Amino acid sequence: MDFRKAGLRETEYEEIKRVLGREPNECELRIMGVMWSEHCSYKSTKHLLKLFPNEGERVVLGPGENAGIVDLGEGLGAAFKVESHNHPSAVAPYQGAATGVGGIIRDILALGARPVASLDGLFFGDPERARTRTLASGIVHGVGGYGNAVGVPTVGGKTVYDPCYNENPLLNAFCIGLIPLDEIVSSRTARPGQAVVLLGSKTGRDGIAGAAFASVELSEDNKASRPSIQIGDPFAEKLLIEACLEMKEKKLIVSMQDMGAAGIISSSSEVAAKSGVGMILHFDKVPLRAENMEPWEIALSESQERMLLIVDRPRLSEVMKIAEKWELDCAEFGETVEGDEYTILFHGERAASLPATLIGDRCPQIHWPSRRPADLEARWTFDVEDIPLPQDWNEALLSLLSSPSLASKESIYEHYDSMVQLNTVVGPGHPVNMLRIKGRDSLIAMTLDADPWKCSLDPFRGGAETVARSVRDLAVSGARAAGLTDCLNFPSPEVPEQYWVLEECVKGMAEACAAFNCPVVSGNVSLYNESPEGAILPTPVVGTVGIVPSTDATLSSGSWEEGDVLFLVGPCNPSLGGSRYLLSQGRLEGRPLPFSPEAEKDFVERALKTASSKAAHSGRAISGGGLAAALAKESMESGVGAAAAVPVPTRKDVFLFGEGGARALYAVPMSRVPLFKTLWSGYPCIPVGRAGGDSLSVEGAFSLPVAKLLTKWRGR
Amino acid sequence: MNTAVVVFPGSNCDQDVMHAVAETLGTKVRAVWHRETALPADTDLVILPGGFSFGDYLRCGAMAARSPIMKAVAAHGKRGGLLLGICNGFQILTESELLPGALLPNRTLDFICRPCFLRVENVSNPFTANFSKGQCVQFPIAHGDGLYTLPESELKTLEERGGVVFRYCSPDGQAEDESNPNGSANNIAGIVNEGGNILGLMPHPERASDPLLGGADGRVFWRSLFDAYRKGGR
Repeated sequence: MDFRKAGLRETEYEEIKRVLGREPNECELRIMGVMWSEHCSYKSTKHLLKLFPNEGERVVLGPGENAGIVDLGEGLGAAFKVESHNHPSAVAPYQGAATGVGGIIRDILALGARPVASLDGLFFGDPERARTRTLASGIVHGVGGYGNAVGVPTVGGKTVYDPCYNENPLLNAFCIGLIPLDEIVSSRTARPGQAVVLLGSKTGRDGIAGAAFASVELSEDNKASRPSIQIGDPFAEKLLIEACLEMKEKKLIVSMQDMGAAGIISSSSEVAAKSGVGMILHFDKVPLRAENMEPWEIALSESQERMLLIVDRPRLSEVMKIAEKWELDCAEFGETVEGDEYTILFHGERAASLPATLIGDRCPQIHWPSRRPADLEARWTFDVEDIPLPQDWNEALLSLLSSPSLASKESIYEHYDSMVQLNTVVGPGHPVNMLRIKGRDSLIAMTLDADPWKCSLDPFRGGAETVARSVRDLAVSGARAAGLTDCLNFPSPEVPEQYWVLEECVKGMAEACAAFNCPVVSGNVSLYNESPEGAILPTPVVGTVGIVPSTDATLSSGSWEEGDVLFLVGPCNPSLGGSRYLLSQGRLEGRPLPFSPEAEKDFVERALKTASSKAAHSGRAISGGGLAAALAKESMESGVGAAAAVPVPTRKDVFLFGEGGARALYAVPMSRVPLFKTLWSGYPCIPVGRAGGDSLSVEGAFSLPVAKLLTKWRGR
Repeated sequence: MNTAVVVFPGSNCDQDVMHAVAETLGTKVRAVWHRETALPADTDLVILPGGFSFGDYLRCGAMAARSPIMKAVAAHGKRGGLLLGICNGFQILTESELLPGALLPNRTLDFICRPCFLRVENVSNPFTANFSKGQCVQFPIAHGDGLYTLPESELKTLEERGGVVFRYCSPDGQAEDESNPNGSANNIAGIVNEGGNILGLMPHPERASDPLLGGADGRVFWRSLFDAYRKGGR
């Protein structure tokens, strides 16, 4: 077999030969082809990911494990991660999305954590296109169909529409779980002489080499790759969750790894390499659901709902008993041994024999050439004077609110069970989602964020802004960010300009993470997101998790009361560059504002104090759609109007629709105005109006009944 | 009052309902695995929880209705013991023919999760005795198959005997089509058997049992059961 057919580059093939001291056989070649694919090896981005800060006072487990863990205090941890399932969702939207949700849940489970909530990041094309509607409907139903049945609530997410996702939609699934810190299960703790056990569904031909499929561009050719798509079974996953957690409770599991991309080979070689042991696996003992499967097919199958367990032999019978209770297949199919040799036997024959550390760790890294796009500056030099003020302000606001990315997502999230497990304090439809921790007063807050437009205009600033807005959202709600997980969705790194954008985004994100002391604890990279129609916009997604010390210290959004004074905190000169307002006019241009670490940090501390001292009734960080969208959303959610004005000489459209910078809109009861002003003294803070009545108006701009805003925003 | 919550493979609201009952009433709540053949001897209330028993494969509730424990559950109900089915539990009760009718896919053919207003139609049963007749309460729904149906003549009988306990309604108590989330006959959200001891409903009272999570009308529901039990009801 030609190494190129296995997906290997020549240098990679040479490296394998050098380490082995011989030619790899076909099974080994196929295994290495998948394990050294971009999806499994991170060969193009490993060195970039090192730029992210990943240490912090709350970090218990950082990158390199199935998920990151942050300390919630009193011996409890939150395990979380976001992962892409873009290529499968483009080809088979329902199953692609469903198995994306299932996969990330198993990542959390692999640490021994109970998955308690999911968020979904959805990036769809032009909603007017029939194809987008088909893809979007399939993906949304897949997320719900799996999440609802498996009993993990989908409590929020992010939905973005842009034509760049027409043929290459993105599905990023985030999951968070809870785990007592002294019960964390590691993939590094196997010792020689232990049993290697496969728990869960039978292994079939579904999803063979899916990881390799995710490492090339989508083409008409590989859209026919349906056998690469895995089929999800949330019922089996629910049983798997309960069985694994029961085994963990009884301390039966030495080490555990979920089977995602590259199935058995990836999970077992990872445990072997990280634990510093070898393995002998008998593939004829793997429960199969297809006939005549070859060893390489068994190795690479991505059949869903399977876990790899390492178990001390004397406790095997207890493991089998729990598996039997939950009616799951459970087979001992190998053992751990001294050394580094990873051997696959099939009916007594040696099918493959490789050093465990070679498989996952030693793929040669690739440093793609990087080139700053020549047209970058040209897109920044737009003159705001070229943008006419709206002729009809009411229409301008309504069309902004009904633009797909800003409009209500109720028609999506009402298909998700957002409440099961009884922890959802703030569910979908809010900037931040919150979970209670039963028996405690503290809350977990989380948010999923992305701004592909700003990232495309200025990748460094856009990357920083993506992190910053998630941290601001949390701070306004009363939560201090403890850590984040990221999913880097980008097109091919082989185009120098695209690689430069990836680099700059990562640098921007890293700078913001460092400034906020918000480490990256886990993440995922998805490259080659392009189709014959073109490449996607750079789309780094962050899932940021924060902690609110007590339920008293939260500040809700959308809870204006009649007579509240509305304050704008933050600079009055935002940018129309990359704003939703300009985008809704079909203009992706201008330059986003730079990231100002000092102002951002100052904002966070003040926002946290504002929430904990109950200085406001309601607060919302200003992001997409600017102050105007913040006013409208607060007003609609509260069911209360407002009369506001533009009290500064800034151009009215820039003031109302501009974006960027650490800004928020607060509704403050008259009696708390002095306290509020004290908290924000020394930071830009101006009153912009009063809440009350049935209409939202800004002097000299729009004036609309709240009911009308709602109708347009909800689009129904 | 001792409560037994039956756990089927795929149940996912079992822990939730146990939590809500224990938190509200402080009484003993036990989980019973579906393969058991007997309920704990001192069981007063049996709850079939929500979720996706057996993955909702074949037909919602059809396989669970044939689980070993269901003989004991049916016997408990037929003896006059308190038996409650929530969401998937309601589907299991109709599949077991312990309650009349059937639950079909929602008329939108989509899963729907959202808070719903319900009008309490019947308060002369242990489940709702602490509500007032016509009261409007809020419990969330989360289901794909909640369209309650039964033949016209049986529907008439059900209505006439006051078997309808909860009806989907608007915030001001009007049971009009607009506030019917799934297309159920006569906006029916929950029904009780003739004996008044077996109740099935699609909305989730356990999700409305804590003000922190957005509502506490469910507590009145649990308190009703407890008070009825203490009065020596069943």
